Amino acid sequence: MYWSSFSEFLAMGNHGVYVWGSVIVMAIAMIVEPLLLIRGQKSLVARLKRQLRAERQDNHADRSTPLQG
Amino acid sequence: MSNRVINWFKFASPQAFYPLAGKMIPWFWALAAVFGLAGLYLGFLVAPTDAQQGEGYRIIFLHVPASWLSMFIYLVMAFWAGLGLAFNFRLSAMMATALAPTGALFAFLSLWTGALWGKPMWGTWWVWDARLTSELILLFLYVGFIALQSAIDDARRADRAGAILALVGVVNVPIIYFSVKWWNTLHQGSSVSLTKSPSMATTMLWGMLLCALACWMYAIAVALMRVRTIILERERHTDWVRAELIGKE
Repeated sequence: MYWSSFSEFLAMGNHGVYVWGSVIVMAIAMIVEPLLLIRGQKSLVARLKRQLRAERQDNHADRSTPLQG
Repeated sequence: MSNRVINWFKFASPQAFYPLAGKMIPWFWALAAVFGLAGLYLGFLVAPTDAQQGEGYRIIFLHVPASWLSMFIYLVMAFWAGLGLAFNFRLSAMMATALAPTGALFAFLSLWTGALWGKPMWGTWWVWDARLTSELILLFLYVGFIALQSAIDDARRADRAGAILALVGVVNVPIIYFSVKWWNTLHQGSSVSLTKSPSMATTMLWGMLLCALACWMYAIAVALMRVRTIILERERHTDWVRAELIGKE
């Protein structure tokens, strides 16, 4: 271990703002990107399922109409 | 003998690749986490200070991997785009589309961490020097590729137009890489070179390489996640996607 105290680690020899500014932005980017992708995949699957169900109901209605009439 | 040969072309079809990608994603996430934790541990807790730059040099463990990946992803993206253009492979064009946003993200992170490194070391956030300017052009190439593809409704035409842009832009990558040799720039020379032994301490080098590997694994995981969404969207009218959707109900 290189550091003797946690506050020294945070200070980064007076470069704390620059070092942690880099770390935080990169961490946020690499957490947000996969979360957005998971959300996008889920909403796409939900949308396609809705469309598929709507299509089937239409087909079903088309077939059943002559029987009723 | 011949029955032991795996038919790799089987996975060139989106239908075969979709479940395979789904199985691979957790493994790449695991590798990214292991390499990332090891690299950050070495870089931020073990590595000694830099004689010239003090503690601010630790930005190197983020900046160099982000910059490498921004260039490497571009080459891979152009490769897949070119393959799609030449042979009309649907999946390789989708891979190119899936890589672009992640490449753009790494190009942005390279510029961001570079600015935060430049300020304490050079006294400025930005200079119009060859290295920095060509990296900014790389970001614009990614953004241009994404914008061009999303402006064209027909997916196959969007693939072709994007591929041409991606291939033309490849010329910029060696310019970025060799810019510190070709021109006198404010940016320091390469930290690691293939031709001479590294000038940095071993722990620093290992920390940097592990962080770069972590970013690499991350990029693969994220690109696979995005390509799955693209496959589903583009193949939504096929029987296998319908079966896949019903199977999930």
